[in-house]
Amino acid sequence: MCSVCGCGQGEIEGHDHTHSHEHPHGEPHYHEHLGGLHYGLGPAHAHAPGLSQERMVRIEQDILGKNNTYAADNRRYFAEHGLFAVNLVSSPGSGKTTLLVKTIALLKDKLPVAVVEGDQQTSMDADRIRASGAAAVQVNTGKGCHLDAHMVGHALEHLNLANDGLLMIENVGNLVCPSAFDLGEAHKVVILSVTEGEDKPLKYPDMFHAADVMLLNKIDLLPYLAFDVDQCVEYAHRINPKLEVLKVSATTGEGMERWLAWLTEGVDVATAARQQNVNLLKKRIAELEVQLAAKG
Amino acid sequence: MHEMSLAESILQIVEDAAAKQGFKRVSEVRLEIGALAGVEPEALAFCLDVVFRGSVAAGARVELERLPGQGFCLDCGETVPVMARYDACPKCGGYQVQATGGTEMRVKDLLVE
Repeated sequence: MCSVCGCGQGEIEGHDHTHSHEHPHGEPHYHEHLGGLHYGLGPAHAHAPGLSQERMVRIEQDILGKNNTYAADNRRYFAEHGLFAVNLVSSPGSGKTTLLVKTIALLKDKLPVAVVEGDQQTSMDADRIRASGAAAVQVNTGKGCHLDAHMVGHALEHLNLANDGLLMIENVGNLVCPSAFDLGEAHKVVILSVTEGEDKPLKYPDMFHAADVMLLNKIDLLPYLAFDVDQCVEYAHRINPKLEVLKVSATTGEGMERWLAWLTEGVDVATAARQQNVNLLKKRIAELEVQLAAKG
Repeated sequence: MHEMSLAESILQIVEDAAAKQGFKRVSEVRLEIGALAGVEPEALAFCLDVVFRGSVAAGARVELERLPGQGFCLDCGETVPVMARYDACPKCGGYQVQATGGTEMRVKDLLVE
């Protein structure tokens, strides 16, 4: 099983794993090491005392170092293509997919929108997204509880993303594990619905600490619930004083304007940065051509 | 959280080192895990036991060094000891504490044959 690339354990839609595909990041496939995993057949401690030829090997490597390398690759890809990538995280049932569908409906005529859908099983969510008019690829993590940067890197190969747009990565519904895995996104956005407890930021602090924005979703239901919005926001700020809070209802559209404005601004910044980079490269090319001409 | 993924990453680091340095068996793996890294040592040890089976690290001892948590309190303007990531500052009781130490998750070294 492999939770690093999702192959074997998870799968990417339309991604055939019976062939030995080339690895885009230049790394051998992790699950190949584990292909011959034989439980209970490992060597026993049999060497005689005093005959040990043990030596120490210094490693000093971050356990998440590999994921972070893939994340850096993804981040570079996003920058080169002027993409604003957001990683949407929440518990299951917070309304992530409905929010995505609504967001796409409101944005798709203004800018390119694409989605990476993470779930343990099924392509139901990607089907819903495609029906709303955006390009989507489903990543099934199998037993995995989160998306990692390697899976997202694979997914990008299947999306043919247009430059200067929005990429929304819908993570597996889980408020714990996805917090530790950088996917290369610009921001993590945590979605909390008011049908959950207002104390979730305290119960699952890692996620609220890792996020830059909290969407408080389903606010149309507030009249029917005992959910204390101010208390929830106070708890969230206790964990993360810089967390920006947006109150929305994907169903009624209430509060969606601010969310869309935040996304659009992100795309504008990513687009401008790419344009600036292109201009710098053009300038550099022109300088080099002048140098070449002088030599010729 | 996600200890199984971490265990697989640790095995990958060990196997990469084995391929580069040509050792055949690992008898001990030493890890440094910060108190604020969000890792449950017992769960990690359990996962490592499973993941290591059939690998160069089968049966290896796992030494887990816990590094203490440390934070910088913005209100007090000084470094304070932190037991859990989102605890209040032990001096002023405020929550403006940024973790500065104890978030590490590293493979430190290996004893190999």
